[in-house]
Amino acid sequence: MVAVTPETGQDRALAAAFEAAVAADERVEPRDWMPEEYRASLVRQMAQHAHSEIIGMQPEANWITRAPSLRRKAILMAKVQDEAGHGLYLYSAAETLGTSRDELLDKLHSGRQKYSSIFNYPTLTWADVGAIGWLVDGAAITNQVPLCRCSYGPYARAMVRICKEESFHQRQGYELLLALSKGTEAQHAMAQDAVDRWWWPSLMMFGPPDDESAHSAQSMAWRIKRHSNDELRQRFVDIAVPQSEALGLTLPDPDIRWNEERGHYDFGAIDWTEFWEVLKGNGPCNEQRITQRRRAHEEGAWVREAAAAHAEKQARAHAEAPAQADADAAADADADAHAQQHEEARV
Amino acid sequence: MTQNWPLWEVFVRSRRGLSHTHAGSLHAPDAEMALRNARDLYTRRNEGVSIWVVPSAQITASSPDERDPFFAPAADKPYRHPTFYEIPEGVRHL
Repeated sequence: MVAVTPETGQDRALAAAFEAAVAADERVEPRDWMPEEYRASLVRQMAQHAHSEIIGMQPEANWITRAPSLRRKAILMAKVQDEAGHGLYLYSAAETLGTSRDELLDKLHSGRQKYSSIFNYPTLTWADVGAIGWLVDGAAITNQVPLCRCSYGPYARAMVRICKEESFHQRQGYELLLALSKGTEAQHAMAQDAVDRWWWPSLMMFGPPDDESAHSAQSMAWRIKRHSNDELRQRFVDIAVPQSEALGLTLPDPDIRWNEERGHYDFGAIDWTEFWEVLKGNGPCNEQRITQRRRAHEEGAWVREAAAAHAEKQARAHAEAPAQADADAAADADADAHAQQHEEARV
Repeated sequence: MTQNWPLWEVFVRSRRGLSHTHAGSLHAPDAEMALRNARDLYTRRNEGVSIWVVPSAQITASSPDERDPFFAPAADKPYRHPTFYEIPEGVRHL
């Protein structure tokens, strides 16, 4: 891709057409002209999103072998498989911008592209699977629903598919937590502990406050994002508080209370030092997640090589003329005839 | 990583009686693997009864520009639409 700055008349016309299309809420498609900054911004966001789905498989997969019932195990496997699928939808969408799959994976493995900080926290108990479904997927849905109307067509279409599938993720988590909350005293305590640990990191998933968010304003102008970080965070709190009450669990924030005047729940200040530390790589599991990801990639190399070798061999066999295939078929028919004669002879 | 596995476009027929529609794309070494991957990726919830996979490189596309003169010939032929014609009040089944 060549960087284009609108210097010539034609470029200016292209830029104007792009701005007009976005302003009119039309979708931008892969082969349309777009400003390089728009392309780069989308690659950054979509790659981060795709990587999050892929890395996000790890904390939950941690509990598959220890799920308490076959029902829960089947559900968790389906959920983790969905996350893989979501990663693939997003990688495909990101590739339409001219970035190859290999390049995206390289940048994940070398730390040059990020994934959501939330996945750098450990899943210590079975209840964490529930808390992730309810809170982490809940926050993700709040973030993702407006992305279904993102100005970039392939991203918006991937998000429509993802959002449809996410609601199962959130409901299974909520149901899991409800079962624990209504269970024994120890189970209830385990559920409460998980919510206590996941609540604040989930609020941080919406990103830094609006006045400190590096990309927000431009992303909103380009209609990649539709709402600010703080707006979405508030929306999530307003949804989650009544849900926590129905669960019989509390949220670890004494400042949460309904504000009649604002028509929203007030909530306490977020510890952003923790957020920046985790983002910098100093979270509890940063090292572990990336190491595991690299290992999976390296250990899977032989499968990819074998599949490529097989495909090449098949293609070569095809290329060596249908004549050969006909000869093979004739030989097969001969062999059948022989076998038949043999059978008859034996009778 | 993918050994430059080609890109395939995936089309899914959601049920009998409907045409295949574009679902997305994926990388695969050959057509057979593309079909298997497409099943796992695009039909995990009974979204389809039939899948087509087409190498993306085999698709020939018109220019995406909406002001493309390629589509201009259709613009000035309103008489191709039934609403172009005036029919007297009260005439039915027309």
